[in-house]
Parts: sequence; C-alpha cells; structure tokens
Amino acid sequence: MRDFESKPPNHDGPKFLTHRNSTRRARGGSAGSRPGSGSADASGSRPVRARPVRQPFRPPVTSRPLRCPFPPLDGLAMLSLDFLDDVRRMNKRQLYYQVLNFGMIVSSALMIWKGLMVITGSESPIVVVLSGSMEPAFHRGDLLFLTNRVEDPIRVGEIVVFRIEGREIPIVHRVLKIHEKQNGHIKFLTKGDNNAVDDRGLYKQGQHWLEKKDVVGRARGFVPYIGIVTILMNDYPKFKYAVLFLLGLFVLVHRE
Amino acid sequence: MNTVLSRANSLFAFSLSVMAALTFGCFITTAFKDRSVPVRLHVSRIMLKNVEDFTGPRERSDLGFITFDITADLENIFDWNVKQLFLYLSAEYSTKNNALNQVVLWDKIVLRGDNPKLLLKDMKTKYFFFDDGNGLKGNRNVTLTLSWNVVPNAGILPLVTGSGLGRDSWESDY
Repeated sequence: MRDFESKPPNHDGPKFLTHRNSTRRARGGSAGSRPGSGSADASGSRPVRARPVRQPFRPPVTSRPLRCPFPPLDGLAMLSLDFLDDVRRMNKRQLYYQVLNFGMIVSSALMIWKGLMVITGSESPIVVVLSGSMEPAFHRGDLLFLTNRVEDPIRVGEIVVFRIEGREIPIVHRVLKIHEKQNGHIKFLTKGDNNAVDDRGLYKQGQHWLEKKDVVGRARGFVPYIGIVTILMNDYPKFKYAVLFLLGLFVLVHRE
Repeated sequence: MNTVLSRANSLFAFSLSVMAALTFGCFITTAFKDRSVPVRLHVSRIMLKNVEDFTGPRERSDLGFITFDITADLENIFDWNVKQLFLYLSAEYSTKNNALNQVVLWDKIVLRGDNPKLLLKDMKTKYFFFDDGNGLKGNRNVTLTLSWNVVPNAGILPLVTGSGLGRDSWESDY
C-alpha cells in the first residue's frame, strides 16, 4: 500500500500530479524529508516501497540554504523551519480556527480586566510600583492590587495611589494627615515612607492638600517582583516589541 | 522533550507555576489572622502654640507638642508572611471646622528580625502637629492610637489598630 507512516492528513490528493508534486520529484525527493512525496507516483512509474521514516531536523538540501553563522542558533533555525512547515500544512479552516482562538483569548483577558475594574471601583486595579519611595515596604517592580470603593473613607496610614493634576504617572505613598468636614469632603496630605519630607513639594504649585478625586485607589494586596516585566518593557521598548512579536508568532503558528 | 529549548520551556513553566502556588499559599494561610496586640500609651508632656503653619498654607494655626511613651510587644504578629511592620502614632480629634481630623505624629518601621518589643520613653513627635485652623486650643478630647500596617511577603495589606488608647486634652490657652 501507499506509505502512510507520517503522511499529513491534508496532503495534496495523491492521484494528481500537481505542480508541487512535480517540483518535489524534480528535487529528487529531498533526502527523504518529505514523506508525502513518496506518494507522488502519480504516474505510477515508481514502484511502491517502504520509505525511511522522516528524519527531523534535516533541512532540505536545495530549497532553503539556511546556514546560521552562529552554531548555537542552528537549533533555533531548525525550529523555525519546523514552524513554517506547520503553517504550510494547515489549511484555511485551521488557520481561521487559530485566529478565532487568539481572539477568544484576547477578549477573555479584556473581560477579566474590565470585570476587575468594576469590582474594585478603581480605574486601574493593578499597578506596578515604579519608584523607590516606599522602601523597604515596596520596591520597584512590585505589584499592588487597588480598590477604590466610595464607602471606604480615607484614613491615616493607608497606602494610596494618587495622580497629581497635570501629571499622568500615579504615585504610591502613605496618608499622613486628614481633615474631614461634616459633609464628607476630605483633604489629606501624603508622604513616602522613604522620603524625608511630605509630598507638598510634589503637588501642583499652590496645592497644599489632595482630594478624593485625585485618588486612583487604595493598596489592599501586594505581590512582589512580578511587575519587573512591565518596567523592562517600558525601559526597553524593543524588548516589548520582540516579546509581542514572538507571542503572536507562537500562538498563531502552534496547532494547539 | 528533545531540544534544549523545549526543555527550558517546560522547566520555566513549571517553576512559574510552583512559585505562583507558593505565593498563593503564603497569602491564603495568613489572610485571616488577627493581628491586633495590646498597647500601652502614656503622654507625659503637652504644649500648645499658635504659629504660622510653615509646612503648608501660611495661616496661623495651632501647633501642638507632645512627649509620649509606648510599651508594646509585637512578637505575636510576626510570622512567615510578614516582611515588616509600619507603626504609626496618630492623633484623632474633631474641631469646629472639621468633623474629623487625624494626624500622624510619629512612625517607625520594624523589619523582620528587629527587636519586636517596644519600650520607648519620652519620645518626641517626628512630624509637626499642625491643625487646620485653631481647633486644638481647649480641645478636650484628643485620642492617640498606635496602629500598624502589616506588609506581607505576598498578600493582603491590613491596617491594624492596637487595643488600648491614650487620651489627652489641652487647656484652654496657649
């Protein structure tokens, strides 16, 4: 019978001499790396015989002379050839499936994020600590979970993340003083644990107190070190693009 | 599992999941602990002045001076998930202008490994006790509390108040 060892399911119909088959035959069967080509005895001229099992990682001799100058990267080059094979063998339906899968992943991530925003009431429920002004409690790269519920009043000693008018980077500091009026209007002052003075120097010119509208949220939970990836991606944008590109490539090209 | 890259990939994924499980374990085992400890506060001297508030809006406000003692044993709070304790002494009172005022007078960081028994005497306040206005004069009811913020290795950041307060009042002139 025809060899069926590792023939991919959607190969070209074995009965027809297509352009691909003919070119493969012309290349001399490519050192046994294309098993399907064994089935290209469309003209019935070649006797059916057992073909050797496809040997992985041997690139076809003539088609892609990919010679990596650095030997350690040879493995990587061969891997990428594998992926390209995968892409070639996928038909349109699988490609659409992959794209839809990717879309599902992205939209469920977005749903989770927006859901978190609603539950915590904060516009940015997870923040990364960017400066060292709260050491030794929080170092650069730590992740903070925030809530901003209206029923929780701001009290002294809480760690608040606030944004100063006119600046877009939020700051994580501790509340030092509050003065609350009868009608609920609060004005408060903050200071970073590691700073010697309070934050009046950071506020806008002429602003002495912060108000509730400046607050992004209050820190309720904390996970160390995870945010370093975000800091790296901010400091080295090329790294960010490289990561995104690789991720997209992997998701689209992998069958699972 | 026959290339360096796929081995590295699965090793990395495994170590990531182990670390995530550990972090979650740290959080869940200490999330519901009661971190309150009895505290003794004593105020030895208080004084009141009325000066221009040089730390903020330049108005004449009341400035208070307090000297205090603290006795507390924080040993029971420290466990495997506590990185440090941020202690702060706050004064709470209400005035004519503002229904609620809270001012931090003094704070201290107690790291894991530091001596957890606090025996402080005659401490001066670290931060100026300015009021927003002139509400300290004649204020009968100013409550001093020692609270702390438990900073964990991973997990919730609770604010706990020590049980036991100090109360003082100011006379009606400077």
